[in-house]
This record gives sequence, C-alpha cells and structure tokens, in this order.
Amino acid sequence: MTTTLARSGRRPAALRSTVGRKQLMAVTGVLWFGFVFLHMVGMLKFFTGPESFDHYSHWLRTLFSPLFPHGWFLWLQRGGLTVALLLHIWAATSLTRQSRRARPVRYARTTNVQATYASRTMRWGGVIILLFIVYHLLDLSMGPANPGYVRGEVFRNTVASLERWPVAIAYLLAVGAVCLHLYHGVWSALQTMGANSPKRDAMIRRVSKTVGLLVFVGFASVPVAILLGYRG
Amino acid sequence: MRLTLKVWRQPKGATKGHFETYETDGVSPDMSFLEMLDVVNDRLTLDGQDPIAFDHDCREGICGTCGMVINGVAHGPERATTACQLHMRHFRDGDVIHIEPWRAAAFPVIKDLVVDRGALDRIMEAGGFVTAPTGAAPEAHSTLVPKEAADAAFEAAACIQCGACVAACPNASAMLFTAAKVAHLSRLPQGQPERYGRVVKMVATHDAAGFGNCTNIGECAAVCPKEIKLDTITALNRDVISSTLFQ
Repeated sequence: MTTTLARSGRRPAALRSTVGRKQLMAVTGVLWFGFVFLHMVGMLKFFTGPESFDHYSHWLRTLFSPLFPHGWFLWLQRGGLTVALLLHIWAATSLTRQSRRARPVRYARTTNVQATYASRTMRWGGVIILLFIVYHLLDLSMGPANPGYVRGEVFRNTVASLERWPVAIAYLLAVGAVCLHLYHGVWSALQTMGANSPKRDAMIRRVSKTVGLLVFVGFASVPVAILLGYRG
Repeated sequence: MRLTLKVWRQPKGATKGHFETYETDGVSPDMSFLEMLDVVNDRLTLDGQDPIAFDHDCREGICGTCGMVINGVAHGPERATTACQLHMRHFRDGDVIHIEPWRAAAFPVIKDLVVDRGALDRIMEAGGFVTAPTGAAPEAHSTLVPKEAADAAFEAAACIQCGACVAACPNASAMLFTAAKVAHLSRLPQGQPERYGRVVKMVATHDAAGFGNCTNIGECAAVCPKEIKLDTITALNRDVISSTLFQ
C-alpha cells in the first residue's frame, strides 16, 4: 500500500481550516489596529483647538489628492475597513460557533490556570466594540445621535456629544473594551501569523499591552478633558 | 485524610451523567490520586456498587492513558504532572474534590471518567508519520541533525497524547497536540519532504473531528504534563501560511 501526504487541493484546504480563518481574523485585525492607532493620534489634534482640529479633518479629505480626486481616499479607506470588519466578524462568528459545538457539556467547575481576563473576553468585547462603532458613526460621522451636529465642525460636534457625562462614560467603557481587545489581540495576531518565537514572546506581549494602554489613554484623554471643562 | 469526592458518573455514553458524592476516610498523603480512587473503588465493589471507571496504565506519567479534570484543572493542581503522578499530599484534609472527564464533543464519554480519544489517532493517521519505508536504523551520521533541531524535535515528541490540552482549552481545541505532532517531524530533516502536505492534512482532520479552534489563550500549555510549549502552535501557524503562499 502506498500512502502519500499528497499536496493536491491543499491551497483551499489551508484557507478553509480553523487556522486559515483565524489568520484571516489576524490580518483584518491588524488592519483595524493600524486604523485605530492613527485615529487615536489624529484625535490628539483635539487639544490644538477648534480651528486646527477642524482643519485636520478637512485635510483627511485631501489625502492622496490629486492621485485620487478630493475625498476618494477617505472612501476607499472606509470601504476597505468595512470589508475587513465584515471578514473579521465572519471569521470570529464561524470559529466561535465551531468552538461552542466542540464542548456541548460544560465543566461543573473550571479553574483558570493562567488565562488573562483580556484573552477570555475577546468575543463579547468584540460585540461591545461593534455596537460602539455603530453609535460612534451615528454620533460623530453622520450626526443623528448628536444634539449639536454641524457638518464639518468636528471640534464642536465632539464637545456637544461628550459634554453629556453618560455619553462620556459609555465612550470610556467602549475605549476600555478596545484596549482589552488589543491587549490580547495584537500579541495573538502575531502568534497566529507565526511571527512569534520563544525569544520574541516577552517583547511582543509587552508591546501588545503597551499599545493597548496607549490607545486607551489617547482616546480617554478627550472625554476626560471635556468633562473637566476644556473647550479649546 | 478525609475527603469529599464529587465524581461524574455516566453508566454509558448515551445515558445522562450526574455527579455522585463519596465521603472517603483514611486516605494516605503518600497515595497517588489514582490509588485514592482504587481505595474508593474497593469499598464500592465490596458494597456491591459499580466502581468508578477511569483510564490508567503505566502509572508512571509516561503512557498518556490516565486523565481527568480535578477541581477544574486537567490532571489536577500540580504542573507537569499526570493524574497518576499527582499525590494526595497536594490536597488538604477535608477538601472537596470535583472529578470530571475530559469534556469535548470529539471525546465522547464511554463510561464515567473514560472518554474515547480516537480522534487524536485520526489526526495521527492523517500525517503524523513519514511515508517512506525506513527499513533498519541507518548509520547515525548519514543525515546530520543540528543539536538544537534534535532537542526541539524531542521536546515536541515528548507529547504522550493524553488529551489534557483539549480538556483545558476553553474551545476544546486539539491544536497543541496537532502542533506537537507536526513539530516533531518538521524540526527534523526526515520530516521536510512532506512538511507542508502534512500540516494541512492534520489540521483538516483536526477540524473535521469536531475540535474547536485555537484562540491563543494558553491553558493547554499550562496544564500539559509534558510541558509542550505554546510556541509549538506558532510554528504550526507558520507552516500553514507557508503551505498556502509558498508551496
């Protein structure tokens, strides 16, 4: 009898596997991490005052012009991020369903030996972040959830939304969820893409935790400043 | 020592299981966990009751046959220790101890604490070997193996296929097992010709067997009695990418 570990049909098999799907999740997650980090850096322009912050938001529309006509890059980026988000959610959902089926009878008693809170809350954390993204777009990009929305006046819109303390607190909680998601997710994505190694592991974990915290501190500074009375 | 055991009893795979409470006295701290169960079973047998079924063989921590979840931890509270090598001195007089089988759809319960781990054999059948007939042992220097590669392969090959990684994983994933079996060949020259076909077939069989997916939580490596490391899974992930992009 001849048995071989033939290579035929391997390409789709690798992509369909649980490993392939989580690698899709890792790549789309890294794209979103890149966006979130730059978005946070951009948000810090809030502290340079209304004129400068509004100007920054207009500049985003001129990005890569004249290569792309005015505003096109922003839409390309939005489209790309939307596709990445949908793929990320699809992979997460299908893998979660598979994992739920994999343990139909739960343990009566479970003890975590070393799992972090962040690693165990990726799924529900992700749902919270998704709900927040929807609200965030309605609030600051489109306006219907914002009491004082004026198109193009980004500074004014931000203040109008976050000077309401319940909204500010919800915002802080959501940014906290993003922080936890990155705290495990950045390391996990690199592990999933095979970029980790015993030598690099401690460093990658530190980087992952640090960027998670940086993103939190960066975003949290805006509602905290508004609640403390900062108006530019 | 006096202990209260809450043991999962399930007469057959198809029947519904439940926890049964057993009070046991006179347990010596020098007994292994399985010897403690032997004593309980002696009494149950004398009382005309069905003894608690559990898997065991070598009782030296090397065969991979025993395995049960003790107080929520696969193989119990001691690191790098199988249930048979766990001693009662790690418990305290008066402790309540929960004992459950490995819980995974891919590991159906046969009876009480005994589960069918045949799914792991199917992953092995899918590629956990070298297909070339090897004949007798070759001259040792005919294929040179760097010391680091030999050590790394040996570390992965220490896996005894007990299934604790599946039991401990919140997703009931057997990725640490699969990765160990992939790694012990991929780290050696003999494993190279079939390296990328192997990893894809073994992962596909893993998925089809009903195991969950790895979410890098790391509980598997923490409970592994042979201390297989989480970076074994990193290497598997890398080989899956290589198989898709470069092969």
